[in-house]
Amino acid sequence: MVFTSEQLAVMDSIILRYPRKRSAIMPLLHYVQSIDGYVTNEGIEVIGEKLELATAEVTAVSTFYTQYKSKPVGEYHVGVCTNTLCAVMGGDAIYESIKEHLNIGNDEVTADGKVSVEHIECNAACDYAPVVMVNWEFYDNQTVQSVKDLVDGARTGNPPAPTRGPKTLRTWKQNSAVLAGISDGLANEGLQAGEATLLGLKKSKGGN
Amino acid sequence: MSKLTPVLSAHWDEADSFTIAGYKRNGGYTAVAKALAMQPDEVIQLVKDSGLRGRGGAGFPTGNKWGFIPQGDNKEHYLVVNADESEPGTCKDTPLLMANPHVLIEGIIIGSYAIRANHAFIYIRGEVTHVIRRVQQAITDAYGAGLLGKNILGKGFDLELVLHVGAGAYICGEETALLDSLEGFRGQPRLRPPFPAIAGLYAKPTVVNNVESIASVPAIVNNGVAWFTAMGTEKSKGFTLYSLSGHVNNPGQFEAPLGITLRELLELSGGIRKGHKLKFWTPGGSSTPIFTDQHLDVPLDYEGVSAAGSMLGTKALQIFDETTCVVRAVLRWTEFYKHESCGKCTPCREGTWWLVQVLKDLEAGRGTEADLDKLLDLCDNIMGRSFCALADGAASPIISSLKYFRQEYLDHLAAGGCPFDPMAATLFDSAGVK
Repeated sequence: MVFTSEQLAVMDSIILRYPRKRSAIMPLLHYVQSIDGYVTNEGIEVIGEKLELATAEVTAVSTFYTQYKSKPVGEYHVGVCTNTLCAVMGGDAIYESIKEHLNIGNDEVTADGKVSVEHIECNAACDYAPVVMVNWEFYDNQTVQSVKDLVDGARTGNPPAPTRGPKTLRTWKQNSAVLAGISDGLANEGLQAGEATLLGLKKSKGGN
Repeated sequence: MSKLTPVLSAHWDEADSFTIAGYKRNGGYTAVAKALAMQPDEVIQLVKDSGLRGRGGAGFPTGNKWGFIPQGDNKEHYLVVNADESEPGTCKDTPLLMANPHVLIEGIIIGSYAIRANHAFIYIRGEVTHVIRRVQQAITDAYGAGLLGKNILGKGFDLELVLHVGAGAYICGEETALLDSLEGFRGQPRLRPPFPAIAGLYAKPTVVNNVESIASVPAIVNNGVAWFTAMGTEKSKGFTLYSLSGHVNNPGQFEAPLGITLRELLELSGGIRKGHKLKFWTPGGSSTPIFTDQHLDVPLDYEGVSAAGSMLGTKALQIFDETTCVVRAVLRWTEFYKHESCGKCTPCREGTWWLVQVLKDLEAGRGTEADLDKLLDLCDNIMGRSFCALADGAASPIISSLKYFRQEYLDHLAAGGCPFDPMAATLFDSAGVK
């Protein structure tokens, strides 16, 4: 996609956050994903121009990090944690069943473009295992059935809210803008902490 | 009487704990006023005297790290907070930042003032959108309250704070890879020396600290060294977050003095899930050698865990009961290290690949007993031979599992496959519904 003058101005503002402009490459890549959905050739080129880097240098960075996608993902990108702890507690079963349910493989998108699936590494929520992320929002304590319901809802435009996150699940592109450092004003939505987070505090106060 | 000592977590049960109003209501941003009234060197000395050690895994004394920054060198200094929490099992900084990002910001202001840095960064992993929202909002609100920017609290100290969002690379939790990533390169570790204190971000003196380490500083400034050192053990002072996960009745975060034991934590949390018993566990993430039920009374401090043959690491206690196949668990961790190896050093890049091949065969009941020695031989040729500790971490679960569960590997060979039912280890019934 050709970027608008407004989008180019946002890119300039991202660059200005840093003492040295090359540091802006990661938020710029997230920003390109918020517009194009993945890291397009046009995105690579504009970042190269802005940062005075060869496209090969931008590509080298983009391909190093798994969150930067070289092809489109779904509007709702589902990451199933299959690192050891989540895998053992049910992540493997969730991952296998959801691929079958959607009839897609790892890193593939449903034909309607709504849902893609990826197995992910530990996402720092082990006390809520098994964990599933959608557009990098937390879905805690999942089951095979709950994830089927989740993707069915996503495909009909009505996904359930994240367990610890905003009131409504935003799209992949919308959340990519947040990762680029552009506020969507939703920080105050959702719980401050889930049950497992509060367990020690509760016990220290004599709770059960 | 409870052995727990909620400090960082003390107000997490208040619905607005993550807002600046909620933080201030509970005494937030009073420590920064105290610190800015001190000389920077006095702040460094205070943190040195507290004995606070890095909570990100290595346990290096935080105050000493600050003290290594050369002063009067006419160079920019940087404070970089490592919020790239990705070590398997580790889940403490993420809930901390979701529930109270301001305590980190207050610690950053104090730390930056101490090391004479006017620019600080938080490097957060990219897979936690809502936490990123909260931290970004907290930074905006701190600027609005005159706690960041020019002439903070009228004391003449300037600080710019930038949230930098990663993009899915475990290796960026290694501090020099993190710095390369923040500079806009592929996140690959640097050869040391020079250490970041001399040549860090943009080749300038830099301190890299874990979230929990920096977040612990405001309480130390407010309550003093004696208060902090009254908690913990001789060389491991203070309180810390222990994260209990896996086959326990009640997983969660427990803030306690260093030196608490797993037995005590299990008693507090309601024990292993009903009808099952403890088989193996990690004291501090997957890179720390596993423990078994022989280690229930090991004091979970830096020295205690080390003396028992592992490492305190991130205090990520992943608990597995007898339904779990240790070979499967170790294979999965090894696949993780292979996937996350940045590829810079040959022993790690090639070695982790070979470890996966051998382990896959063993889990499937192929191979011979000689493969167990081959695994150990590979580990021996991988450990300590790379720029960073990733490959050392990869060797830890393999070596320790062979030490405690060699027979289970042999059972796979005898059975010609895995003798465990993976569904028995899940939390699900056979239909996949809880």
